[in-house]
Amino acid sequence: MTARFPGPPNPLGPRARIAVLVAAVLLLAAGSVGYVLHSEARSDGQRGAADASFTLDGPALYFRDTATGRVAHQPLAGTRGDRTTGGPVCDRFHAAGGTALCLRAKPGVLPKTYAIVLDRRLREVRRITVPGIPTRARVSASGRMLAWTVFATGDSYATTAFSTRTAVLDLRTGYLIKSIEEIPLTIDGARHHAPDVNYWGVTFARDDNRFYATVSTKGRTYLVEGDMKNWSATALRQNAECPSLSPDNTRIAFKKKLSGDPAAPWRLYVLDLRTMREWPLAETRGVDDQAAWLDDGTIAYALPGAGGGRTSDIWTVPADGTGAPHKAVAGGSSPVAVG
Amino acid sequence: MYLATTGRRDTSAPPSTGGAGRRVPGTVLALGTVSLVTDISSEMVTAVLPLYLVLGLGLSPLQFGFLDGLFNGGSAVVRLLAGHAADRGHRHKRVAGIGYALSACSRLGLLLAGGAATGIAAALATDRIGKGIRTAPRDALITLSSPPDALGRSFGVHRAMDTTGALLGPLAAFALLGATADAYDAVFVVSFCVGLLGVLLLVLYVPGHRPAPSTPVSTPRTGKAFGALRDPAFRRIVAAAALLGAATIGDAFVYLLLQRRLNLPVGWFPLLPLGAAACYLVLAVPAGRIADRAGRRLPFLYGHLALLAVYTVLLAPADGPPLLLLVPVLALLGVFYATTDGVLMALAGSVLPPDGSAGGLALLQTGQALSRMLAAAGFGAAWTVWGPRPALWAATSVLLAALAGGWALLPRTASDAPGSAEPPGDQNPERRTA
Repeated sequence: MTARFPGPPNPLGPRARIAVLVAAVLLLAAGSVGYVLHSEARSDGQRGAADASFTLDGPALYFRDTATGRVAHQPLAGTRGDRTTGGPVCDRFHAAGGTALCLRAKPGVLPKTYAIVLDRRLREVRRITVPGIPTRARVSASGRMLAWTVFATGDSYATTAFSTRTAVLDLRTGYLIKSIEEIPLTIDGARHHAPDVNYWGVTFARDDNRFYATVSTKGRTYLVEGDMKNWSATALRQNAECPSLSPDNTRIAFKKKLSGDPAAPWRLYVLDLRTMREWPLAETRGVDDQAAWLDDGTIAYALPGAGGGRTSDIWTVPADGTGAPHKAVAGGSSPVAVG
Repeated sequence: MYLATTGRRDTSAPPSTGGAGRRVPGTVLALGTVSLVTDISSEMVTAVLPLYLVLGLGLSPLQFGFLDGLFNGGSAVVRLLAGHAADRGHRHKRVAGIGYALSACSRLGLLLAGGAATGIAAALATDRIGKGIRTAPRDALITLSSPPDALGRSFGVHRAMDTTGALLGPLAAFALLGATADAYDAVFVVSFCVGLLGVLLLVLYVPGHRPAPSTPVSTPRTGKAFGALRDPAFRRIVAAAALLGAATIGDAFVYLLLQRRLNLPVGWFPLLPLGAAACYLVLAVPAGRIADRAGRRLPFLYGHLALLAVYTVLLAPADGPPLLLLVPVLALLGVFYATTDGVLMALAGSVLPPDGSAGGLALLQTGQALSRMLAAAGFGAAWTVWGPRPALWAATSVLLAALAGGWALLPRTASDAPGSAEPPGDQNPERRTA
């Protein structure tokens, strides 16, 4: 033994130390195993498909039920509590025109996302696996165009900052664009070339060709208008994220960053595409969601629940900036009106 | 009695004749086990944290980045204070124990925080502070319990065990997530239990060092936290480490450059650090032993040549198979860490007085960490302005200059440092009025 300073004699002898260690290992292992088993029992083991009776039939408000992780629905003018559960397990959900898009996270050393395309009966018609963590999902009104965004770690300058990958899938042709980041982009009238472009939060117009999205580059975010046929994108204005086009295609609801407070940087705004005038909505809390239009006058979005943890509630607010937020669903996210 | 020969400057590290045959000190193995277990615990959480925050809690990446970057600078101050506190009266074990315990309890904090961002931020900050507190006292304990001519090997063994834990952690976490259908709380609970086990191992098996009876405890040589800097040899080591740190752009950028060069699928990204860590794990002990024989100065400098080689390989206009780029870069990164991390501690440990080792090592680690942070920030800015290749050329030239500086700065042998204080003789301890 070559210790410089002989340590003070340990009050416990070698055998006592072993005994204490073994006892502690047993205790801690029992605690761990017990908790893991309890967690296993808590998850009902049901991971995946919808019940046979659960279909895409409107008019109803579909959403992800945070308690079970499965899609549920309730009447659009629903009173809380009369929900029908039994949909597929999804982390993000959107549906329109008889097509549903379900993003399901598959954690692992390499986190993956399943983008699952479902038909009106909520049967799986196509599944695409992409690396990353799911964040946004949208289906165009006709059900033909699908877009989703995942966070991919480590693909950006800062180690801890995420970068995003946005894919577009045309169901009619089956053509998949894995990442739209190569689309020719024009900012302030000039072609923009930068390695750091990130797109997220696509929303499609009724013609299945025009789309809106957020692009971030050089530390700024822009609302871009894109064209699938011409394969081009143009920045319309700065500081507008996660656009959501109204059913009549005249207005866009979006997140505007107003404060540097990382806990609640965004407020919900609506932009009139004809006048380019924008106004804040009556929701004063910080919203981090791609809003959904329930009709031409109502916007729905998720906010973290009062219970904390992994719960969130769905709120609605008038689109014209009047009125007050109203809680539509307790314990839900990914709202979408299926007509 | 056998007293410390740390601080001995009369000879360079003697050739370790019996070094190969001698056993690694029990304390080092105990500390290695503690680190292995603790790293399993902490890497479990690190691996699932992005998923938990973004998916589980619906935090935005912006918030995640904010949380993650929290207290990175703040832990530097904690590190210095803890190093100093450990030296006062040789409380290395106690101070390190507090650090380990804080980190273990932070997992419970994550569990209790639920979705409250402030609670999560507090838990992450606690973990960082715990890590800041324990690192220097732990490395000082390794220094104090190893013969000076085998310091490099001791640090090599410790770092190898530490890295083993870091590799096992994510595997354990994802096995749990798979078994429990994404119950993140189960990961936190298990991580907490494993962390507690680490603390217990420290309490049971790491001896608390007592100062030599004749060394006065009341007046540590390091009157101030920066007292170690009064030693010119140590000053040169800190300066060289900071200088070379300022040319180290950081793994994240290396992996990013690799990924861009090879067009790797994004999903493979998390595997790159594992590759480098595996290489580090294999090489840590041999590098430490070579350092013990060759005097530590050269291995530390050659290690930075490995980093230079990484930059060069990344700049090379090679269009061969991807593995031709991937394997050398990850292997060279492993070499770089194996020959610099523990070796630097051994280099410093051999010139620091026993009652100033934790404070001195804390100072060294902080200086290196800060200059590396600056380097990463500078490289990021250069990348944004000039693009990746010119930025990499710049980093290469800075590293070449830093290598020349380090070559000149690093004391060739401990005795080269003129005017260094005489060793802390136990017969007539030097009293300085601070």
